[in-house]
Order: sequence, then structure tokens, then C-alpha cells
Amino acid sequence: MMTNEELKTRITELIPGATFEEGGEWLNIHVEAGSWPDLAKQLRDNPAYRFDYLFCLTCVDWKTHLTMVYHLTSTEFRHTIVVKSKLDSGKPEIGTVSNVWKTAEFHEREVYEMFGVNFLNHPDLRLLILPDGWEGKNPMRKDFEDPVNMIKL
Amino acid sequence: MTGHQHTAKKDFPGVIHETPGGGIVLSKLDDVINWARSNSLWPLTFATSCCGIEMMAVASAKYDFSRFGFEVARASPRQADVIIIAGTIVNKMGPVLKRLYDQMADPKYVIAMGACAISGGPFFYNTYSVVKGADHIIPVDVYVAGCPPRPEALLHALISLQEKIKAGMTREQIKAGNEK
Repeated sequence: MMTNEELKTRITELIPGATFEEGGEWLNIHVEAGSWPDLAKQLRDNPAYRFDYLFCLTCVDWKTHLTMVYHLTSTEFRHTIVVKSKLDSGKPEIGTVSNVWKTAEFHEREVYEMFGVNFLNHPDLRLLILPDGWEGKNPMRKDFEDPVNMIKL
Repeated sequence: MTGHQHTAKKDFPGVIHETPGGGIVLSKLDDVINWARSNSLWPLTFATSCCGIEMMAVASAKYDFSRFGFEVARASPRQADVIIIAGTIVNKMGPVLKRLYDQMADPKYVIAMGACAISGGPFFYNTYSVVKGADHIIPVDVYVAGCPPRPEALLHALISLQEKIKAGMTREQIKAGNEK
């Protein structure tokens, strides 16, 4: 198991441009959306990290932009990191990691329907829970309005 | 009728006329049927969120709703008499709830348990997915406030439903025109 400090040093070697957020339980790493799918493969396969378990994949709407959040852990070494990537609200796009962690396949479908993030190269990007007719409506966006079902406070 | 004793029992509808070696019960059939029905209400195992946990607690040994005749929870709506809506009803669940209710045999009763089933509760404002009260879908006989209600509150609701049935004052009974 690596400490957050060690993880930070090793990941800086891997991605020189990465920025970090510390102070929490887990090390937060900010990466460029474009470099994420390649980086994900390295994080999983590199024998030093072995991040073989994606235990949370979600998105945050900050009104100015969206942030994708990936929680990774290693079942072998028991260390955990959080990877974040900033996306443009107008055209949110990021490569899929469903080929790296299979679980991402349906998690990405959920983020797709709730936030409208387009996961490039996803094998089956369609609505997960929402019924037909909700395509493109993205109810978890802060600016979402639904005059039929919603009572505004 | 001099010489005969007339006994009225508190928990049974009707008067018992004591005769030598036995007695004659005088009552109304409707009252006896309501009395029987109210003491053998089988709930449907139906729960959609945290209220369901409280409902399970009421079913288990500590609170034990079988003391009042609710012991046989049924997993099929065709064998259930009462549906306890324990939890949030979302728009996608709406048609399922309606279908379950339609599949239940008459006479059937509905208890709305907790804030979500009453009005949408904490999900009343700014939500795209929650039905603002189960009575938008099916008629409700008894409402229980709480989030979730205490087990005692659900027991009280169950007993209230029994009293309502005995009085002939449930929606179904009024519709059929056989209220007391």
C-alpha cells in the first residue's frame, strides 16, 4: 500500500501535467479529459498501482462546468485515489473507460442520461433508468426544469 | 323476554340472548362480516423505501402486527386485503402500484404510510420523478404521518383501519352502500 504522498510522486512521473488536491482522506488528481482513457489503462495495469476496482463513477454540475469523478481502489494494495476531469457544460465529452473497468459501462449510461455527458467509444450509450422520451433532458443538471412533473420551491 | 339475560360483548357486534343450555346471537350479517374481515386483514408485501424497514419491524416479534390479525403477509396481490404503501412512489412505479391495486380482490383497503406516500414528503419540491402522494393513483383509507412513522404509529393505523371497517366507513363500503 502506498501513502498519498508516494502516490502523488509516482503519478507525477506518469502524468507530468497532473494537479493534485490534498487534505481529504484520498488523493485527488485532476487530469485532462483527452488523456483520461490512456491514463486509466496505465493506472489499472501498472504493477505499482493496480487500480483494478472502479467503485464510484459520477459527475458534478458546478453550473460553470461539469466535473467527472472516478473513485479507484486497488484490491491488491488497498490504496485509493480519486480522479477528476473538468468538462465543458455546453459540449461535455470524455472517453469511455468501460473497456478498462467493465462496471463503467452502466455507470456511464447513468451519467449520460442524468448529465448529458457524451462518452466517446462507449459500446452502448443509451438511457439506463429514465423511460423513453427523456433523451437529452438531463434531470440532474442544475438548470433542469420540468413544468409537468416538478413543483418549484 | 323476561327471565332471559341479554349480554352485549364489547368486541363482537350483536346481542347474546342467554337461554337454558346455550344462547341465541342476534346481529346483522353485515356487522358480522365486517367484524370477521377487520380481524383478518392480510397485507401485501409491498415496500418501496425506508418505511418498508419500519413495516418489517412492525411485522417482526417486537411489535408483531399478527396480534391484530395482520400476520399473513402475502407476496401476491390476489391474496392480499390491504396494501400498505411504505415508501416513495416514483413516476415509474405509478403504473405498477395501480396494477397491484387492480389485481387485489375486493374488499381491499389502502394505508399510506409516511410522508412520501401521503404527499411526496421530502421530495415534494424540485423533483422530476416523484408522485406527490399515492392518492393520485389509488384511493387511500388511512394516512400515517411520519418520516418514517414509528412502529406504534403504523400499529395505530392498522387498528384505525379495523375500526373503520367495523363502522362500515371505508371507501369501498360507502361505495357499495352498506355503511352502518
